[in-house]
Parts: sequence; structure tokens; C-alpha cells
Amino acid sequence: MNSDNWRPLASREVLERRALLLRQIRSFMAERGVLEVETPYLGGAAATDPNIHSLTLSVQHPGDNRTVRRYLHSSPEFAMKRLLASGSGPIFQICRVFRDHETGRVHNPEFTMLEWYRPGFEHHRLMDEVNALLQSLGIAKAGRIAYGQAFMDRVGLDPHSADTDCLVRRAAALGFISEPADDAALLDFLFSELVAPALGRGGAMFVHDYPVHQAALARVRPGKPPVAERFELFINGVEIANGFHELTDAAEQRRRFERDNQRRRSVNFPVLPMEEHLLQALAHGLPECAGVALGVDRLLMTLCGAERLDQVLAFPFDRA
Amino acid sequence: MSVYSTNEFRTGLKIMLENDPCSILENEFVKPGKGQAFNRVKLRNLKTGRVLERTFKSGDTVDGADVMDVALQYLYNDGDLWHFMNPKSYEQLAADARAMGATAQWLKGEETCVVTLWDGVPLVVAAPNVVTLTITQTEPGVRGDTATGGSKPATLETGAVVKVPLFVSEGERIRVDTRTSEYLSRAKD
Repeated sequence: MNSDNWRPLASREVLERRALLLRQIRSFMAERGVLEVETPYLGGAAATDPNIHSLTLSVQHPGDNRTVRRYLHSSPEFAMKRLLASGSGPIFQICRVFRDHETGRVHNPEFTMLEWYRPGFEHHRLMDEVNALLQSLGIAKAGRIAYGQAFMDRVGLDPHSADTDCLVRRAAALGFISEPADDAALLDFLFSELVAPALGRGGAMFVHDYPVHQAALARVRPGKPPVAERFELFINGVEIANGFHELTDAAEQRRRFERDNQRRRSVNFPVLPMEEHLLQALAHGLPECAGVALGVDRLLMTLCGAERLDQVLAFPFDRA
Repeated sequence: MSVYSTNEFRTGLKIMLENDPCSILENEFVKPGKGQAFNRVKLRNLKTGRVLERTFKSGDTVDGADVMDVALQYLYNDGDLWHFMNPKSYEQLAADARAMGATAQWLKGEETCVVTLWDGVPLVVAAPNVVTLTITQTEPGVRGDTATGGSKPATLETGAVVKVPLFVSEGERIRVDTRTSEYLSRAKD
């Protein structure tokens, strides 16, 4: 055991910058009338997305001898949508979220997320507001590029129409060796390898209008091609935020949960209970809204000129 | 045969890739915001020495390579194979010219070498980092020219040729770094 491991890794200067950033975010939201909320870290249901690995705990149920399974939240989105459906109006939250299997240069199994929702906004109007937040922090406002255009520029294929064989050949030439590979994984690989590293160099950049495979919880806009009304913000090749024009249709939400669980079953991951509270809230009526989740630690990296996430964490996972 | 998940990838892990044993040099976790996670891996092919880059879907599994390093004593070359002995078990093993590579030029006998075995067969033989050998042929040095740092080729008793300073002469024993083929010093006997 290294005897220096009790010390924080982030410098005093970085800790002060973090504290200032949190104050700046809160005052930005307060000026715009966005209400700060808190929701449970220990959720009754987990994200069904097969690419997210939630941490589970057994909790003693109050009043009897039962232990119940709870999931450390990987995002506060489900609970915040329940607040929106109940008529909360615009809300934000700053919280720690937890994801197993995520450790690397810009990943830590727990990190700080800023998530906010704007009833009445669609995704472009929310991008405007993310830009206003960036500018209030002294970061130049981000440009915008459609996913299809960014992909075409760097990969030379149309992600909305390229056939699987084409994607497989391109990926294999770059050393991708997983088989069988579905289109979603191939697009993710090519985007991570060729597109993302070039995004947000010399200025922040929004990517918007994703292929329908990458819809997650975004609504899909019919058209040729149909696109998911989703956006991500990149600075220096690192993804900082992910936003959606939110899905409000309960039946479609249930289908996506079921499809996630089918994919989980096909790769032998545990099948997860669906968030019935969320489905009930959607059935009751979620207002038309846009929402965005922003990685506060990664934003702080940008503000401090850090290369690695652990440089801006007092105690990264190995020192926790 | 052991099987490893990408979650177990770490520097030094030996895995099979495209039918060859490889050693992991670097392992980087890559994940888009809402998508498939990947492990971008740099590996050395232990048969060819080439460095490769490959990307796996996180959670994929690969076969481990049954590769181990053992310290063996070099005995002799029979003209075709180089014979080694395990000093503990007295078991003998033979390495072919491909496994020996450039290592053979440093060995005269009794050196202890690190031999990488794959399924029990020598795959790579590494010479000791530093060997002491006698110069069998070199041009006489020019007296008084020791300060210029000039050098000249010298043939060693094993046949290897290295550059030595001008003041070193035939019949002397010198120390050589086998990783760089560089002269280190005269041997102190």
C-alpha cells in the first residue's frame, strides 16, 4: 500500500474551482427559475440500457425482516420525470451517480452529474441554454453538426443507410474484432474511433440528430431518414453532455424497456424490472420537454486543462 | 484452457489472437455516452514481435495463451537446434532458429537465459542483458586517439560484431549490452 494514498489527488486549486463551478451552476439555474431537486440514490428499478451496469444493494425493509433489492442510480432521470409529470415545472439536480465496469482516463465508477429538464423546450432550444451555461463559465459557445454529417466527413459512410457489411469491413480495417457485431455497436465503434476524437477541438461542438439505433430515451422524428432527437456536447474529443427531446409516450417507453431486456437476455446480462412508476407517470402525462445530463467532473477537466478525470477528483476510485 | 473477459485485461496478460500468443502492452477503456463500451488494446505478438492494436467489445471473452517464462541454462548448439536445461529439474529443451532470433550471437555456453514457453515449446529466447566476451579480431587502435570518442568494429568469440572504442584491442574481454548491442566497458577480472 502506497503510504501517500490517504492524500487527495486533486490540488487545492482544483477543489476551489470545483466549488466555484457548483456555485456558478446553481446561480445560473436560480436566475432562470429552474428548481433544484433531490431524488433517491437508492432506486427501486435500474436503467435497462444493456450498456449500463448498475450497482445493487440489499436494504433492510423498514418495519419487517425483509431485505429488498435497491439499485444505486446511474442517472436521476426516471425520478425527475416523475416530478415533471406531477407538475414540477423546470427542475435540475446535481448528484453523484454510479456505474459499474467504468474506469479509465475519463471514467470513474462514481461521478457528479448535472441533470436538468425544461418543459416546453425541444432539443435545439435546450442546446441554446447549454450554450448560455458554457458562456457564463467563460467557454465559447458550441457549434452544431448533425451526426450524419460528422460521420460522413470522417468515416465516408452514411450512418443512416450504410449496410452492415460495409460497416464491418471499415471497422475490421481499424482493428475491431468482435463478432457478431450489430449495427449499433459498429456505429459506436467507428464514431468513437474516428469521429469523436476530432470533435470540439478549438471550440465546443454539439452533435445532434442520431441514428435511430442510438435513440436511447429520445423521441424519434419521422422522415427520410428518421432521426433520434438527441444531442451530445463534445469538448476536446470528450463527451461532456447528452440531451434528449424526451420521449413522452408510455407505450413506446414500454417497448424500449422490453427491447433493452431482450438485448440483455441475448448477451446473458440480468433482465431488470421495468420502472413501473415511470410508466405510470408517462401514462398520467409527461409534459413535452427536453432534458440534458452533463458530466460535471469532465466540465471541470476542461476548465482546469486537466487530461485525466482523476486529476479533478479529491479521491478517485483507487483512493476511495 | 483459461478464458479471460475484457474486464480482466491488464498489462502483461497473455492471450491468443488470430492463432498467435500475444502479450497485452496497454489496455484503454473507451465508452461513448450512451452506447457500447470498448477495450482498445495494444498487444505484442510473441511469435513475430510485432505490435498490434485491436478493439474488443467490453465483456467479450478471449482464450488465454499458455505462455510462461522460465530461466534455463544454455548447453550447446547441434548445428540445427540450441539446447537448454532446466537447472532444477535437469529437463532439456531445444529451441529452433526462429525462437533464437538474434540471441544466438551472444551465447557461448552456460549462460542463464529467460526462455518464453508456449504450450511447453520455446517461443522466444532472451540473452542475459549483459554478457562478457573475448574479442577475437579487431584492427589495432591508434595510440593517443583516445579522447576523440572514435570507434571501430570488433568480432567477438561468438561471432557477434560490435563497435568498440579505439583503445580496446584483440584478446581483451569486454562487457556488452545485448539489448542494444552496445559496448559497455572492459571486463574487470
